[in-house]
Amino acid sequence: MTTETTAEVRKTALNSTHRRLGAKMVNFGGWDMPLEYSGILSEHEAVRTRAGLFDVSHMGEIEIRGKGALDLVQWVACNDASKLSAGQAHYSGLMTERGTFVDDLLVHKIADGHYLLCVNAANQDGDFQHIVSHNRFDTRARNVGDHYSQLAIQGPRALEILKRLTTVALGAIRYYHFTFGKVSGVECLIARTGYTGEDGFEIYFPPRHSEKLWNDLLEAGSSEKLIPCGLGARNTLRLEAGMCLYGHEIDLETTPLEAGLGWICKLEKGPFLGSEFLAAQKRTAVLRKLVGFEMLDKRIGRDGYPVMISGREAGRVTSGGPSPTLKKNIGMAYVPAENSAAGTPIEIGIRGQAVPARMIGLPFYKRPQ
Amino acid sequence: MYPADYRYTKDHEWIKVDGAVGTIGITDYAQHELGDVVFVELPKVGARIKAGESFGSVESVKAVSDIFSPVSGEIAEINSSLGDQPEKINHDPHGAAWLVRIKLDDPKEANSLMDAKAYQTYVDEKAQEQPA
Repeated sequence: MTTETTAEVRKTALNSTHRRLGAKMVNFGGWDMPLEYSGILSEHEAVRTRAGLFDVSHMGEIEIRGKGALDLVQWVACNDASKLSAGQAHYSGLMTERGTFVDDLLVHKIADGHYLLCVNAANQDGDFQHIVSHNRFDTRARNVGDHYSQLAIQGPRALEILKRLTTVALGAIRYYHFTFGKVSGVECLIARTGYTGEDGFEIYFPPRHSEKLWNDLLEAGSSEKLIPCGLGARNTLRLEAGMCLYGHEIDLETTPLEAGLGWICKLEKGPFLGSEFLAAQKRTAVLRKLVGFEMLDKRIGRDGYPVMISGREAGRVTSGGPSPTLKKNIGMAYVPAENSAAGTPIEIGIRGQAVPARMIGLPFYKRPQ
Repeated sequence: MYPADYRYTKDHEWIKVDGAVGTIGITDYAQHELGDVVFVELPKVGARIKAGESFGSVESVKAVSDIFSPVSGEIAEINSSLGDQPEKINHDPHGAAWLVRIKLDDPKEANSLMDAKAYQTYVDEKAQEQPA
């Protein structure tokens, strides 16, 4: 997390709504955001068993439009956007020349020559500058974060609840696809995406409708006990699902290959920013790898704690904490590739003590199909 | 809300003195700031603890917080029920979720700490520091 000292704290259109609901607020990447309402554990459980509603309007949006839009997306991001059809989205990485992450993002193909990127709040302006500085194609990038609010409704009951506010055939939207349509009378981009490991939707719409959609969704979901959820639960949910968080698992010093994201790194699509470096890394060796671990006693290995293998410091925890669903303490860490096999015993340094843990495969949690 | 017969520290611990024994816990303000408590680490009976020094920790989903002793003494009893039910700290921080009882070196030592009224003022000021 970054701490903003000079810039003014930014607020989503729902800021006063969150405060009225009694949310505990936190500065996240320069945004004043709800950390929790009723409590991280109950919000987490709601998403795993019923549904939760998140204000994720802090997320940034960048629009790429013009004849060369695909060329620009292909050049700056590592996944192969030529494989997307209109109405489809995928996860990708915005790359430096060294094949490291400027950011991670979702690429939505709206139409030929028209893409909408959803990027991390704190990185939005930097991402935009980066994309513009590499734009030698016949296309234009626009930083349109202020044009959108975004709500995420996540959980096994999300579809049922959202159905009550729309005539769009939600069941026909496949995972990582999207469509345009009205929710509660408001024209939205409705995507079947999320950051929780559950089924659910993320809807994008003009900020002036935020309060209406927020209230209408909570109302529509009241019989399912849909509750507002904050960034605290968002973090425990994505950790269980083994998803990366920028600034933790991935940053300017890590590559997709190290982060276990080889599947978004499409070297065969042709040259892109960092592709030479990534090809070389793939040819020679990936020296460190992101792994999952579980603690073997009740103590919690948290972000930044040292990881020891055979008594020697071998890496750091990137994200760690309790898993409310699995009822154990889990985390992710970078370790030397030669010691990255599941089952390998490790120790986490917790306030001067070496506490036993063991590497396990990712993700920690997979939703029942 | 803060019991009148307890004393309080700036680090949000409370102590209740009964003769030569002091019972120590964390305040309602502290549990609220932490959020859902999932783990408590306490010292062993017989351990010496010193005023102002950390003798254990309380962990929530989000964070870990050291517990600092309000006074000096020797651990006489720990609340072992918190091992299985750490969430009691969220529900009853001033009562059932006491952390430790200590044999006080100096039963008068706690008198220098904040009383309930002073502590209430202290946390009210803290709340005002938060951005509106």
